Amino acid sequence: MNNNVIYGVNGPVVTVKDTDSFEMMEMVHVGEQSLVGEVIGITDKLTTIQVYEETTGLKPGDPVTGTGAPMNVLLGPGIIDNIFDGIERPLKAIEEHTGAFIGRGAKVTSLDTEKRWTVTMKVKVGDRLEGGQIYATLPETPIIEHRVMLRPNLSGEVVEVKPDGEYTVFDTVAVIRDDNGEQHELTLCQQWPIRTSRPVKERLAPTVPLITGQRIMDTLFPIAKGGTAAIPGGFGTGKTMNQHQLAKWCDADIIVYVGCGERGNEMSQVLSEFSELIDPKSNRPMTDRTVLIANTSNMPVAAREASIYTGITLAEYYRDMGYHVAMMADSTSRWAEALREISGRLEEMPAEEGFPAYLPSRLAEFYERGGRAAVLSGGEGSVTLIGAVSPQGSDFSEPVTQNTKRFTRVFWALDKALAYARHYPAINWIDSYSEYFKDLDPWFKENLGEDFVEYRNRISALLQEESSLMEIVKLIGADVLPDDQKLVIETARVIRVGFLQQNAFHAEDTYVPLEKQKRMMQVILHLHGKAKEVVAREIPISKLIGLGLFDKLTKMKYDIPNNRLEMFDDYIAEIDEKLGELLQ
Amino acid sequence: MIIDYVGVKEINGSLVVMDGVKGVSNEEIVDIKLENGTVRQGRVVQIDGERIVVQVFEGTRGISLKNTRTRLTGHPMEMPLSPEIMGRVLDGAGRPIDGLGEIFPVKKENINGTPINPVSRVYPRNYINTGISSIDTLMTLIRGQKLPIFSGSGMSHNDLAVQIVRQAKISGADSSNFGVVFAAMGVQKDVAEYFRKSFEESGVLSRVVMLLNLSNDPIIERTLTPRCALTIAEYLAFELDMHILVIMTDMTSYAEALREFSSSKGEIPGRKGYPGYLYSDLASLYERAGMVKGRSGSVTQIPILTMPNDDITHPIPDLTGYITEGQIVLDRSLQGQGLYPPVNVLPSLSRLMKDGIGEGYTRADHQPLANQLFASYAKVIDARALASVIGEEELSPIDKKYIEFGRLFEERFINQGFTENRSIEQSLDLGWELLCTLPRAELDRVDDAVLDIYYKG
Repeated sequence: MNNNVIYGVNGPVVTVKDTDSFEMMEMVHVGEQSLVGEVIGITDKLTTIQVYEETTGLKPGDPVTGTGAPMNVLLGPGIIDNIFDGIERPLKAIEEHTGAFIGRGAKVTSLDTEKRWTVTMKVKVGDRLEGGQIYATLPETPIIEHRVMLRPNLSGEVVEVKPDGEYTVFDTVAVIRDDNGEQHELTLCQQWPIRTSRPVKERLAPTVPLITGQRIMDTLFPIAKGGTAAIPGGFGTGKTMNQHQLAKWCDADIIVYVGCGERGNEMSQVLSEFSELIDPKSNRPMTDRTVLIANTSNMPVAAREASIYTGITLAEYYRDMGYHVAMMADSTSRWAEALREISGRLEEMPAEEGFPAYLPSRLAEFYERGGRAAVLSGGEGSVTLIGAVSPQGSDFSEPVTQNTKRFTRVFWALDKALAYARHYPAINWIDSYSEYFKDLDPWFKENLGEDFVEYRNRISALLQEESSLMEIVKLIGADVLPDDQKLVIETARVIRVGFLQQNAFHAEDTYVPLEKQKRMMQVILHLHGKAKEVVAREIPISKLIGLGLFDKLTKMKYDIPNNRLEMFDDYIAEIDEKLGELLQ
Repeated sequence: MIIDYVGVKEINGSLVVMDGVKGVSNEEIVDIKLENGTVRQGRVVQIDGERIVVQVFEGTRGISLKNTRTRLTGHPMEMPLSPEIMGRVLDGAGRPIDGLGEIFPVKKENINGTPINPVSRVYPRNYINTGISSIDTLMTLIRGQKLPIFSGSGMSHNDLAVQIVRQAKISGADSSNFGVVFAAMGVQKDVAEYFRKSFEESGVLSRVVMLLNLSNDPIIERTLTPRCALTIAEYLAFELDMHILVIMTDMTSYAEALREFSSSKGEIPGRKGYPGYLYSDLASLYERAGMVKGRSGSVTQIPILTMPNDDITHPIPDLTGYITEGQIVLDRSLQGQGLYPPVNVLPSLSRLMKDGIGEGYTRADHQPLANQLFASYAKVIDARALASVIGEEELSPIDKKYIEFGRLFEERFINQGFTENRSIEQSLDLGWELLCTLPRAELDRVDDAVLDIYYKG
C-alpha cells in the first residue's frame, strides 16, 4: 500500500502528487475522517480527486487511501422506504450519528445490516444459474417482493443452498461454482458501479403508456413506460409539484425520487406527505414503493453530481427484478451545474455558458439508461425517466434545456404566464410535445376504443385553432369575431379550464382515470358539435352561452365523481335537450 | 511552536499567495501583521503543496511583498456566540463595533455551518401574520421559510422589510423568544441607520443583532457577513429556542463581492461573469432557514435583493428564486402610481403557503380566494393589454368590469398604509368584497359551496 497524501486543496477538489496507484473513477477515502471521494483526473504528476463532503480542515499531508473499486452502491433489500444522500448513505442513520446537522465522515452502511429478512430460496443444489437470474425472494415491503439476483457478470452451478429462513443482507444464503471452478458465496446484496448501466437481455419498444391520472399528460402528451420526459420551467411554474403528482399517482411499481440540489423543506414535505398518502391500488402508504435520494442544494456539490447516477442504478436494479420503475430527477439542471462547478475547479476549457463540452454526452448517457427491456431474470421491466429542468432565466434556449430536448421524447413545457394565472398544471399545450403517439396509439385504441385517439386529436386541433384566434383577439378584441370563431374560443375555454386545469389538492380531481378523461373529452366535443349546428342556423351565440352549459362543463371535473361515470350520459342528454329547444 | 511567515509571494486583488507554508489546513484563518502594527485576517482558499492562496478580509491595501508577518491560527473562521449577543452591533465579520466590548463566547461555531439533514427537518406549517394584505392573503409567509423580496433600486423594499419586522406575529413567539438578525451587505450608511432607527421606534432594538458591512467596507468581509449572521441565527434558534427573523440586504452586493473575489482568483466564470458555483454558494446561505426536530426555535429568512435593471432573469434573482420558497416581487409601475407596498402579485409566490393556511390556520376559504384573486387579476392584465390597443371604450362589458376590478384591487387591496396593520380576516373579507364586483360566473376557481357563503353580488 502506498502512503499517498494530500498535496493541494481547492474547494471540493483535492490533488495527490506523484503517484500511480489510483485508477480513473476509483473511490477513495480522504483525510483523517475518511471523507468519500472519487478520482476524476490522472496525470503523471498529479491525481485529482473530487470529495463528496465539505473539505474544510483538510491539510497537505493527510492520508488518501484507495478502495480499488469504482464508486459503487450496495444493492439489496432495505432500499425501498429509505432516504439516502447522493452516494447512498442513509440519512436516518446519519442523523443518529451526528444529529440534526450532517457531520462529516459518518461511517454508515447503506443498508440495515441488523434487520433479518424472511427469505425463500428459489434454487436447489445442482441448478445452473446465469447472471441476473433470481436465486431467492423476500418481502421487502408489504407490496414489493425483493428478488435477489445473481451478479450479471457471474454464472455457475449451485453447490450449496441454505434453507428458507431469516437472514441479514450479508449472510451467505447459497454458494455457486463458476466455470473456472472457483466458488462464490452469495448473500442478499451485491455491489454495482454507479456510472455503468446494468445489462439487459434485449431492449423492447415502448408500447405501453405510463398512466399518470393527469389529464394533460395522459391524453395530449402521453409518455410510455420506459420513456423519457423533460419538464422544463422557470421557478414557480410547478416543476416540483408536477414531479410530486407523478410520483404519487403514476402506475409504476416503484418510484425513485431524486431531489438533486433542491430545497430541504421540499424533501421534508415529500417525506411527510408520502408516508401519509395511501396508494389507491395497494391501500398501503406511498413510501412502501418509494426510494428517496435527497441531496439538497446546500449538501456537497460532488455528491449532487453522483446522486443522479445513484438513483438510476437503484432504478435499474429493480427493473432487473421485472418491475416498472419511474425515476423523477428534480432537477437535472442542478446536476449540470454541479458538473460545471467541478469542471471549473479542474480548469477545463468551458463550452456554452461555462458548461463543460461533455455536457451533451453525459446527458445522453443518462437518458439512454431509461427504457423498457426484457430482463435477465426473465419477464420484462422498465425505467421511465422524468427529469425536471430549471432553465436559467426561464430561457429555453440555454444549453441544459436544449440538450435535454435532444435526448428526451416528451417535452412538458411549463409556462410562466399560465403559472401566474394559477393555471395548474402550467403545461403549455402549444410548446409541449410527445413523440410516443405512434408507439402508444395501438394501446389506447385497444384499451379505450378508437374514439379516444380521435377525441384527443380534435381537442388539440381546437386548442391550436384557439391559439391562432387569440392572436387576432389580442389586437382587435373578441367582439368582432364571427360567431363560429367565438364558439371555438368558448369551447377552448372549457377545455382549458374544465379539462387541462387540474386541481392537485382536490380529492377527486388529483387523479383521474383514463375512462373519465375520455368521457370528459366526449362531452365537451359533443357540446361543441351541437353548438356548431346552432351557430350555423345564425342563432346568436349569446343565447347559447346563456344556457349555462359551457359553465357547467367547466365544473364537471368536480361534479362527477371518478366512480360515477354514468353521469356523463345525463350531461349528453341535457345538451341534446337544451340545444334541441334552441334549434326549434 | 508558532511560526511567523515573513512576506508574501504575490498580491492580486484581495488575494495574497504565500510559499513555503507548512501544516496549513483548508479554510484556516490566518493573522497577517503589517509593519505598522495593524493585524488583518485572512482565510486559506487554496492549497498547492506549500503554496497557499489567502483571501484577506480587509483588503490588501498597504501590503507589500515584504512587510507582513503571517501566523496560522489553526482553526477555520469561527463566530463567538453567547446569549449576550442580542442587541449588539457588529461589523461584517462579526466583530463588535458598538463600543460595548468583546463578546465573551459561550461557544464558537464555524461560520460555514453544516447542512441540516433533510430527515431532521420539520416541514414548516405555521404562518406568520405580517398584517399586510397582499402578503398574508396571496403569498403567506410561513415560519421557517425563506421568502426573498425582489426589488429594484429606489423602490420601497426597506420600508416593507421594516413593516414586516414591526408587525410580524409569529405563532409561538412573544417578546421573550422573538428576535431579529439584520445583515447589511454593501448598503449605504443612511439605509443602515434607517433600519436601526425603525427597530428602535418599534421597540425591538434590544432584540436585534445587527451586522453592518457598509458600501465602503471591504468586499471580502461582505462574503462573510451573511454567514456570520446565519450562524448567530442558528445559535439563537436551535440552542436558545428563539424564533428568529433574518433580514439580509442587499444580496446583489453580496453576489457582486463573490464575483469580484472569484475573478481575482482567476476562476472560470459562468453566466454574466458570476462564478459557476453561485447557485451552490447562495444555497449554502438560504438553506440555513428552517426548523429541526426536537428544537422549538425557527429561522425565517427575508433576503432582499435589488434586481439589476429590474431584470428578473438576471442570474442573482434567477438563482435565488430557484432556491427560495417563493418570492415577493416589487414593481416599479405600481410604485410610480404611488401605491405602497408595490407588490406585483402575479410573479409573487409562497411555496409553503398551501400547507400553512386554510382550516385550522387561517380560514377555510383562504386558498380558493387566493386562487381566484390571482386568476382574476391575470385577466385584468389581459384586458389592459387589449385596452391599450383598441381603447378602453371598445372593450366588452365584462372586460370593463375587469378593468374596474383591477383598479380597486390595486388601490384598496395591494395599497395600504405603512402603519396599517390588517388582520387576516380583514384582508380576506376585503378580497371577497372586491371579487363581488365581478359576475359570479367569472369566479371559476371557487367551489359553489364557498361562493354561496361569500359571494354577495
